[in-house]
Amino acid sequence: MSTNQAISVQNLTKTFKGGFEAVKDVSFEVPKGSTFAFLGPNGAGKTTTIRMLTTLLAPTSGTITINGFDPSKDPHAVRKSCGIVFQDASLDDDLSAYENMAFHAGIFGVPKSEAKTSIEELLRFVELWDRKDDFVKNFSGGMKRRLEIARGLLHTPAVLFLDEPTVGLDPQTRNHIWSYIKKLNAEKGLTVFFTTHYMDEVERVADHVVVIDHGGMVASDTVQGIISKNGGTTLEDAFIKLTGHDIREESVDSVDHLRSMRKMFGGNKK
Amino acid sequence: MNSTTLTTIYILWLRQIKKYFRSKSRIIGSLGQPLLFLLVLGFGLGPIFEKGGGGDYILFLSPGIIAMSILFAAVFSGIEIIWDRRFGFLKETLVAPVSRTAVMIGRTLGGATTAFFQGSIVLLITFCVGFHTTIIGALLSLVVMFTIAVIFAALGTIFGSLMQDIQGFGLIVNLLVMPLFFLAGALFPLDTAPTAIRIVSDINPLTYGVDAMRHVLTGVTHFGLFTDALVLSGVVVLAIAVGAYLFSKIEA
Repeated sequence: MSTNQAISVQNLTKTFKGGFEAVKDVSFEVPKGSTFAFLGPNGAGKTTTIRMLTTLLAPTSGTITINGFDPSKDPHAVRKSCGIVFQDASLDDDLSAYENMAFHAGIFGVPKSEAKTSIEELLRFVELWDRKDDFVKNFSGGMKRRLEIARGLLHTPAVLFLDEPTVGLDPQTRNHIWSYIKKLNAEKGLTVFFTTHYMDEVERVADHVVVIDHGGMVASDTVQGIISKNGGTTLEDAFIKLTGHDIREESVDSVDHLRSMRKMFGGNKK
Repeated sequence: MNSTTLTTIYILWLRQIKKYFRSKSRIIGSLGQPLLFLLVLGFGLGPIFEKGGGGDYILFLSPGIIAMSILFAAVFSGIEIIWDRRFGFLKETLVAPVSRTAVMIGRTLGGATTAFFQGSIVLLITFCVGFHTTIIGALLSLVVMFTIAVIFAALGTIFGSLMQDIQGFGLIVNLLVMPLFFLAGALFPLDTAPTAIRIVSDINPLTYGVDAMRHVLTGVTHFGLFTDALVLSGVVVLAIAVGAYLFSKIEA
């Protein structure tokens, strides 16, 4: 069953301390080489699911198989199989682009000889090679994202996880990032699992879409399938029909703003 | 210990070192406090100490001030865990296919090395204000300095793993580090101190570090080098074990 599935999730549930059910009985399969969109309003459980898939969080119940490995039994094999671009930045601002890449190569066990050529190839791919010795703190949001994508690919993962990779970026950069990702998917057969709030991106790249809301699955189909089943003309209409009109949080940009304020004033991050 | 573990330790160590040497303000700024203590206490209390029959105060004080500079720098290196958590970089290390213990040891050794480096600069400064020792003494003191650095960098890791906000870290650490320093026999001899102070000092690991420093540098000791070495090596193991356990419990 799992031989041609990159990701297989069965009855996945996560209940946090205090009884909050962030993810309820979610099941889906992601075939190898596909692009899979995981959609939902803010707070629907997307990031919690990604954290469980990538070994950062233990599920309360249910089974996960990534590239044939079980995160609870063989977390290191799963970690090697996953390239992750987190929702929040995860680069070291005080190191150069090249040093961030070299650090990753080191802790992911990429052999030294191989690392050198891979780092150059990937930095050229995301068009950052001429900035390789600049400190990341001098990079724009789009450059940081591109660097994170390059870094996530450095250990040649089977699955690339992208958690809202294009938040806060201008259309040019978004366009660029998706063209890299599509190219990787087409040329190398990389499986891509992503979340986003931009429905145009989903229409452009996703082979399959799962929509979750309040932790539970509300739809699983192709883009066309979801649009036609919900009688709309666009995916955005279908999405709103599936998940309702209520606003769950502030808009994405002000969430980002709040996040940075929280960082500045040192509140709890959770 | 396999090669992956060693590589991980090395990479995390290297990162701390790089970041430290790039921050000139950190190097210079952290020398201010030990310098102040050394000059003000050394020259201010020195004459009284000598009159009281304690001998050359600079000779007595310098090992304690070196230990102090290491204590502060090492414990505060733990704050980098909180920074990394805030800026998201911690996740990058937590999703790596390597053991958390190796990550913790690498970080702790990195923090310890920078603190050790700081202590070495203070040692050089003490020579400028009249401190003197033998070459053997200076070399042996480096071993003691590194041991102290590892113990308190591990303590920093413990606090960094338990706490999430930077201001809190500063407050709690100061609350703990100040008494550790004042009750370590760094400023006054323990032989003549009141029993209450001596009891507290006896359970303070830094006391043994200061005593060992003083022994190798000046030949004067309160506990004896054997006791110092025994206590310090025990505390190193304990601090790293507790630090590694708590670091492994961090959720990104």
